[in-house]
Amino acid sequence: MTVLKDLFLHDRKFRIGFIIIILILIIAFLSFISPYEPDERSMPRKNLEPSWEHWLGTNATGQDIFWILTFAVRNSLFVALVSALISRCIAMVNGLFSGYIGGKTDRVLSTLTDSFIVVPRLPLLILLSFIFKDNITLLFMGLLLGFLDWAWPSKRYRSQILSLKEREFTFTAIFSGMKTPKVIYKEHFPFLIPYMMADIISGFLWAIGMEITLSALGLTNLNISTIGTMIYWANYYQSMLQGRWNWLGPPIIASILTVLSLYLLSDSIGAFLDPRTKLKRIMGGGIIRCQ
Amino acid sequence: MMNFFKRYILPRFIQWVIVIFVGVTVVFFVPRLSPMDPVQTTLRRLSSVGTTNPRAVEDLREVLADLYGLEGSLLEQYISYWNRIIHFDLGPSLAMFPTPVMKVIKTSLPWTVGLMITSIVIGWLLGIILGTLIGYFSNKKWLQVLDKIIISIYPIPYYIMALLLVLLFAYFIPIFPLIGGAGIGMNPSFSWSFIMSVVKHGFLPAVSLILINMGFSFITQKALTSTLVSSDFVTYAESAAIPRRIILFQYILRNSLLPHVTDLSLSLGSVFSGALITEFVFSYPGLGQVLYTAIMQGDFNLMMGITIFSVAGIATATLIIDLLYPLLDPRIRYK
Amino acid sequence: MPIVEAKDVSAHYITNVYGIEREVNAVDNVSLSINKNEILGIAGESGCGKTTLLKVLFKMINPPLKILGGKVEYNLNNKKFDILTLSDEGFRHIRWRNASYIPQGSMNVLNPVRRIKSTFRDFVGTHCRMGKREIDEMALEHLNDLSLPPQVMDAYPHQLSGGMRQRVTIALATILKPDLIFADEPTTALDVIVQRVVIQLMRKIQSEEKSSLLIVTHDMAIQANLTDRIAIMYAGKIIEEGKTKEIFKNPIHYYTQFLVGSLPKIGDKSHRISIPGSPPPLNNPPPGCRFHERCPEAEEHCKQEIPPLIDVGDGHKVACFKCTANERVVV
Repeated sequence: MTVLKDLFLHDRKFRIGFIIIILILIIAFLSFISPYEPDERSMPRKNLEPSWEHWLGTNATGQDIFWILTFAVRNSLFVALVSALISRCIAMVNGLFSGYIGGKTDRVLSTLTDSFIVVPRLPLLILLSFIFKDNITLLFMGLLLGFLDWAWPSKRYRSQILSLKEREFTFTAIFSGMKTPKVIYKEHFPFLIPYMMADIISGFLWAIGMEITLSALGLTNLNISTIGTMIYWANYYQSMLQGRWNWLGPPIIASILTVLSLYLLSDSIGAFLDPRTKLKRIMGGGIIRCQ
Repeated sequence: MMNFFKRYILPRFIQWVIVIFVGVTVVFFVPRLSPMDPVQTTLRRLSSVGTTNPRAVEDLREVLADLYGLEGSLLEQYISYWNRIIHFDLGPSLAMFPTPVMKVIKTSLPWTVGLMITSIVIGWLLGIILGTLIGYFSNKKWLQVLDKIIISIYPIPYYIMALLLVLLFAYFIPIFPLIGGAGIGMNPSFSWSFIMSVVKHGFLPAVSLILINMGFSFITQKALTSTLVSSDFVTYAESAAIPRRIILFQYILRNSLLPHVTDLSLSLGSVFSGALITEFVFSYPGLGQVLYTAIMQGDFNLMMGITIFSVAGIATATLIIDLLYPLLDPRIRYK
Repeated sequence: MPIVEAKDVSAHYITNVYGIEREVNAVDNVSLSINKNEILGIAGESGCGKTTLLKVLFKMINPPLKILGGKVEYNLNNKKFDILTLSDEGFRHIRWRNASYIPQGSMNVLNPVRRIKSTFRDFVGTHCRMGKREIDEMALEHLNDLSLPPQVMDAYPHQLSGGMRQRVTIALATILKPDLIFADEPTTALDVIVQRVVIQLMRKIQSEEKSSLLIVTHDMAIQANLTDRIAIMYAGKIIEEGKTKEIFKNPIHYYTQFLVGSLPKIGDKSHRISIPGSPPPLNNPPPGCRFHERCPEAEEHCKQEIPPLIDVGDGHKVACFKCTANERVVV
């Protein structure tokens, strides 16, 4: 907890990112107390300007834009979370096996990973979304995205593990009789775990970007409200040409804020974990060797 | 030399073959999961034009199934598919029957390739140059501002950025045209007016691509340069008052180039999957548009054709950089 | 006539990370002179500030290092100037031509993607208007003097052994025949045979060119074999200074006695004693004499005042109240 406090007080990037993401999360959680159901439509209320009753106005199908936005943010975050978790779990298992066991296993897994990297994801996703069209639930979308995003992280984890294996402290541990599982657990994990946590955020970023892109292209279940589908419907009803920015604007701004804050967070956490600055931090009352 | 070939080059060739093989196989199977039946679609389209004899329809169905490569069991289809690929025959486009897939690709490819290669290379270069500058001169104010701007742009999903560019510069401030690759009705030629038209139509898409590609190079190069600036050999060279120009080029750039070359090859390799979103948002007549329509219309052959190009493109790009590595890093060359 | 004179130099490392501010007193009020045509050694254990002192003397000051006071005067061509007030541009002319530097840990100081030949062209070409051909010839000849084979020119650093790389850096530092050479631990991480070659080389170069050499090393054996004078540093301050022979024959400061005594002599089987305790933390140095916590003869007085460096005869200086007060008994 002191870690978070330190970061918050001293690192401006972290502060800004943290505040914005809390804002986004608040918006997402507001969806639980929404006075309107997400698929409620009401014709008399369509296309109203922002007012005290409808903070961002209403859209072409009579839905309150603000409350739809809360659902949209919540759902998009959900999809991204599922995708990030799944992809990083697969990547972790793959990377660990590849890196630690080595040999034939490594070669087979690496070729498998490389094959996944080569397949162009966007066309594939478009195709799959198109095939399953209306049957895509949020969970399914998350799983789909997650299943396609593990290749690069797997490569990264593997190379981290390979480099850790060659470090001198590993040799020292092994030569002093430590058993391999213990070496992995005690020596490597303390470094790998934070690294993977910082990496999860990048998985999040990709998934949100993909969800928005696919939905905005009209390829997912358009009845579920997400940031992407909001943009799709706004475009469908020509809100750009009609100057109805209260519909097109909020999802765009929400998406930008979400990704920006996540990126700032991952960047500052990454810098924090960087061994060079870490050292300067830990040197409490100890001896500082000058060179 | 022979030893080097065996140890380094050969495994990579084998990997290249395997990767293309697996990629093509995946490309073969996935569309077949689609519930759409291209034969049915074509028949429906043909029969909508006029009435047809039921028996003729049956014959036609068989012929079509054969032409489309859908005859026989899955295994037979697979084998005949490979057979045709080796002869560079990607079959006919199902939606635009009987136009061969190759022809469709050939017409739209130049637009995509031209746009993408220029944008990717410019973005890559710009990212490296700016990244090096801010890594080395980390206390210049204007560079710090630039740094903050670039890292703010970097995480934004491409679609959103492209959309914003269209809104800002083609709609609000109508400097650039909203759609197309060149003026409507213009014939491709080397005339000045045509070239200007291409540039004008391609400007916004190019800018969007440049911004996105620049982000990654910039961030990587900034990190690499910061590390190198405090490395032993740079400090040593600076202690001998070696001119900045030499340090930037020979000491910093030469030592940080490798990851960028990898990155560039991968980016270039993905040119074939088409700048799908770009072309969608900017209505640009390239490979991406074609791919999108192909998917919408269930045009198996076209989809597969383009994706195969893409798979082969990326695999080849990876192979080429792997082969270029020893040239760039003497440590690998002289082990 | 000193070629370099440092007066009351203080240099600290100041960092401020995540709200934690730290100041390390690496070099505190140090005064030192280097004479023409002499080899001066700076000795002391790891972390005592010798490398920082060298960096200050050669104006290699990068954040977080900060100069807090003092002067470093160079005396070249009958002109005296304080390099600390000189601009980077101004000092450029002096670098490598009048004063050069042999770095610590030559493992990584050569650009890994350039051949040795190109590195020579970089270093020499910056300071002399010479064509590539000329530089190559000059470098080849110089390498030959240092008994390095001509193939070294076309090699990449990773193809050379540690000893060869060290000799290359010595070659780079001496090729323009500077008046002043700073060497930072030039023999650490080398095996004894190569060490001997390197020491002989440096001695030869110094005597031929009549240049001044400042060599920083914790290895007392090297100091004994190479230097004319030694300055002993402890916790950021110089505590003893004098002719090498004097220091070894008659070490006055308690710490110096231990340093000198740590060198084994063949045939001597007596028990080696090490000083109890460890050096003080430099971000929070103790008041008074920095050595008082480990000195068996410390008095109240020592805990409060910093002993000044006093000349006890013939250039032999000591910073210790007890030692300079009366005749010391050698332990």
